[in-house]
Amino acid sequence: MKRTNELIVGLAVLAVISVITWGVFAVGDNMTSGVSAYSRDVFQLHNTILGIVTIIGVLVFTAMFTSIVLHRRSKGFKAAGFSHSTKAEIIWTAIPVLILVVMSVPATRVLIDMERTGGAELNIKITGYQWLWQYEYVEEDISFYSALERDSNRARQLGSGVDPRDVDNYLLEVDNPLVVPVGTRIRFLLTSDDVIHSWWVPDLGWKRDAIPGMINEAWTLIEEEGTYRGQCAELCGADHGFMPIVVEAVSQEEYASWVAEQREEIAQTAHDAARLWTREELMNHGSRVYQAQCASCHQADGSGLEPAFPALVSDGVPSGDLESHLKTVLDGREGTAMAGFRDRLQPQDIAAALTFARNAWNEDGSEGEVVQPATIAEFDQG
Amino acid sequence: MSTATTTHQDDHHGDHPTGLARWLFSTNHKEIGTLYLVFSLTMFFVGGAMALVIRAELFAPGLQLVHPEFFNQMTTMHALVMIFGAVMPAFVGLANWMVPMMIGAPDMALPRMNNWSFWIMPFAFTLLLATLFMPTGAPAAGWTLYPPLSLQGGNSLAFVILAIHLMGISSIMGAINIIATILNMRAPGMTLLRMPLFVWTWLITAFLLIAVMPVLAGAVTMLLTDRFFGTSFFNAAGGGDPVLYQHIFWFFGHPEVYIMILPAFGIVSEIIPTFSRKPLFGYTSMVYATASIAFLSFIVWAHHMFTVGMPLGAMLFFMYATMVIAVPTGIKIFNWIATMWRGSMSFETPMLFALGFVVLFTIGGLSGVMLAIVPANFQYHDTYFVVAHFHYVLVTGAIFAIMAAVYYWLPKWTGHMYNEKLGKFHFWWSTIWVNVLFFPQHYLGLAGMPRRIPDYAVQFAEFNLISSVGGFMFGFGQLLFVYIIWQCARGGEKATAQVWEGARGLEWTVPSPAPLHTFDTPPLVDDRIAVHQDKLT
Repeated sequence: MKRTNELIVGLAVLAVISVITWGVFAVGDNMTSGVSAYSRDVFQLHNTILGIVTIIGVLVFTAMFTSIVLHRRSKGFKAAGFSHSTKAEIIWTAIPVLILVVMSVPATRVLIDMERTGGAELNIKITGYQWLWQYEYVEEDISFYSALERDSNRARQLGSGVDPRDVDNYLLEVDNPLVVPVGTRIRFLLTSDDVIHSWWVPDLGWKRDAIPGMINEAWTLIEEEGTYRGQCAELCGADHGFMPIVVEAVSQEEYASWVAEQREEIAQTAHDAARLWTREELMNHGSRVYQAQCASCHQADGSGLEPAFPALVSDGVPSGDLESHLKTVLDGREGTAMAGFRDRLQPQDIAAALTFARNAWNEDGSEGEVVQPATIAEFDQG
Repeated sequence: MSTATTTHQDDHHGDHPTGLARWLFSTNHKEIGTLYLVFSLTMFFVGGAMALVIRAELFAPGLQLVHPEFFNQMTTMHALVMIFGAVMPAFVGLANWMVPMMIGAPDMALPRMNNWSFWIMPFAFTLLLATLFMPTGAPAAGWTLYPPLSLQGGNSLAFVILAIHLMGISSIMGAINIIATILNMRAPGMTLLRMPLFVWTWLITAFLLIAVMPVLAGAVTMLLTDRFFGTSFFNAAGGGDPVLYQHIFWFFGHPEVYIMILPAFGIVSEIIPTFSRKPLFGYTSMVYATASIAFLSFIVWAHHMFTVGMPLGAMLFFMYATMVIAVPTGIKIFNWIATMWRGSMSFETPMLFALGFVVLFTIGGLSGVMLAIVPANFQYHDTYFVVAHFHYVLVTGAIFAIMAAVYYWLPKWTGHMYNEKLGKFHFWWSTIWVNVLFFPQHYLGLAGMPRRIPDYAVQFAEFNLISSVGGFMFGFGQLLFVYIIWQCARGGEKATAQVWEGARGLEWTVPSPAPLHTFDTPPLVDDRIAVHQDKLT
C-alpha cells in the first residue's frame, strides 16, 4: 500500500516538475549553434550535458518532493527508523561515476579538436589594448585597429540622453570590422599590450584570453557568410564593456578585393603622412580620432574625470606646452592609464588629434597651434 | 536580558563587565559568536547595498547612474565584502556559538585568541571600506585582483592588501581555535564519529582555512611588491608571468569556495534529521564525502582559468578532477533526501530554508558540472552563466544555510521562539525573488552577455530588467530578517530546552536561553544523545 502510494504520487510529482522544467527552458535563451563545424560541436555538447543534468535534477527533485508530499507529520505519517543502506549508497556512487564517464568522452573529443591549431591558410594576430583591438593579417601585411563605433560611444556616455534602442547594434558595432574569408582555416594568435583581455565571438564557439607577454592560439573555419558580433570577456578596466568585436565573414572573392582595397589605403596613408594638411582637415579628422581614442577617459569636452583621467583644458585654455603634450601622447605616462600612441596611430592621426585638442575648446575663440603630420615624424626621430 | 538571568551562574568566573567593555573584552564563546553574527549581518547589508547599485545600473541599457569605473569598484567590493565580511564570519560565529555546546565543551580552547580573531575584523573592514573614499577610489579589478589590471589602480591597493592580510590572520586564528577545541575538548564519550555533522564539516573547513589563507597572503604580497617595490613577479616585461598569479590565487580560491559551503552542508545535515524526526542517513559516508570534497578542492583550481591557454593534458586533468567532485556532492544530496524519505516531516522556517538549500544548491551544482566541460566552458566562461552559477551556490547555498541555522538556533540563543508566520513569509519571499534575480542570468550568459560590464546590448534588456526587479525585492525583503531577529531577541513565546520536537544533541540539553557558561562539568555522551550517527556495530 505504502509502495503503491509512493509510486502514484511520485509519477504525479514527476509530471509537475517536468512541466515546470519545460517552462523554464521555453522562456529562456540558449547558446548559439554558431557558424562553424566546431561551434556546432560545442553547441551539441552543451545540449547533451544540459540534457543529462536536467534529467538528473528532475529525478532528484521528484524523489524529494514525493517525500515532502507524502511523509508529513501533519498527515500522521510515522517516521521509519532506517539510517543506512550500503546497497543504496553503492548505487548512488556508481551511477554518477558512469554518467561522468559518458560525459567526458565527447568533451575530450571536442577539446582535442579545438587544440589542433595547425594547417592554417590565414594567420591573424590579435592584440588587445585598453579598450580596442588590433588585427594584423600576418601574410597580407595589413594591420588596423578596431574600436567601438561612434554612435554607440556617444550613446553610452553617462547621461547622454540617447536611447540605446535608437542605435543600431548598440555596443556591438566597431569602426573597422575584422574581415575574413569563409571556407578558410584561420589561425588566431592572441596577445595584449597592457592588461588581460579575452577575445570572444559566441558564433565561433570559443573565447581565448589575450595576455601581455604571451601568445595564445585558436582557430576557426567559418562556413556561412555574415556578420558575427562579440565582446571582450575579461575585465580590463573602466571601458571593459565597450570594446566589441565584429567579424565579417565574406566570400573568398570579396575577401580578395577587400585586401586589394586595404593595400591602396596603405599607400594613401603613407602619402598623407608626408603632405601638408589644412587646419580644417586636421580639425575634422582630429575630431574623429579624439572621439575614438581619447574621449572615453578625457571626455568629449576635454574635462576629464578627476583624479584618474586629467582634464585637457583649464579655464578654456589647453593645458601644458605642445612639446610635453606631444611626448605624453607618443610615449604615454608611466604609472597611469595613459598609454603611448606611437605605434597605435599614424602620424596624421596624432597630429590631427593634437590639433583638435588644442583648438576645440578655446572659449575666447583664439586659434591654437596646428600640428602637421611631418612634425610628428620629425619629433619621433629627434 | 540573558545577562540578568545568568549572572548568578558565573560568579565563579569572576566579575563580568557590562556595557561596551563586556563586548570589547569578552572571552566567552557565546558573546564572541554573537559579535561575529552581528558583524556578518551588517556586512551582508553593506555588500547588498553595493549589489543594488549594480542591479540599478543594469536595470536598463545605457549608463544612467554611475561611471563604469565606479561600477567596477562596486562589483569588486561587493564580492570582497560578501565573501570575507558576510559569509565567512557568519560561519565562524555559528561555530563559536555551537561547536562547544555540541561537543560538550565549556568554551573554545583559546578564548583570548578568540576575542582577538573577532576584533581584527572591524579594523580590516574599516581599511577595506575606507578605500571607497580615497581619491583614486576603491579597487576596481574584480575581487580576484588579477594583475596587470589590479596594478594599474591607485594606492588604495595597499589598503586592500593589508585588509586581506588582517582577514587572513583572523581566519587562521579562528581555524586554529576550532581545531584545538574539537580535538581536545570533546566531552567523555564524544568520539570523532559521534560528533554532529556541523562539527565535522567545520573541522575539515578549519584545515582548509589554515592551508589556503597563507597562499592568498602570498599572492597579494607579491602584488604589493610588484606595485610598490619594483618586483616583477607578474609583469611579463620584467620576466614575470601574469598567469602565475591566477594559479596561485585559485589554489587559494577553489578551497575557499568549499570553505563557504562545507559548514552549510553541516547545518543542513543537522536540520533535516530534526524536522524529519529520523536520524541522518549515511552519517559515515557524509563524513567521508566531506573529506573527499576537501581533498579534491586542492586539485581543481585551474578550472577557473581554462581560457588562459593551458596545455591539453592540463585541461583534461582539471576537467576530469572537477567532474569527480560531483560524486561526493551527489552522495550528500542523496543522503539528505534519504533522510527525509519516510520521515515524519514538518516544515518550520529552518526546515524550509534547508529544503530550499537542497533544491537550489543542486541547481548550482548541476550548472557547475556543465562548467567543468572544457569546450563548453570556453563559451560559458566570464559570462552571466557563471554569475548565475556561483550565486546559486553562494546565496541560495551558503546564505540560505546560514539563515536556516539562525532560525534553528535562535530560540536557543534568545530563549524565545521567533515569529513563525513571519519566518515562513521571509522564506517564501526570499525564495521567489532570489530565483527571479538569478535564474534569468543563466539565459543572459548563454545568449552572450559577459560579466562585469556596466552596460549591455539591447537584446539583453528584458532579462536584465527581470533580474534587477528580483534583486530589489530580494534585497529589501532581508530587512524582514533583521526585524524577526530583533523581535525574537526582545521577547516572545518562551522556548523549551529542546525547542524542536525532533531535535537531538547536546546543545538541546541545556536551558534556553543557553546560560553564559555551559558544560562546566562535562556531560557523558552515549548513543542516546549522538543519534546522528550510523549504528556502529
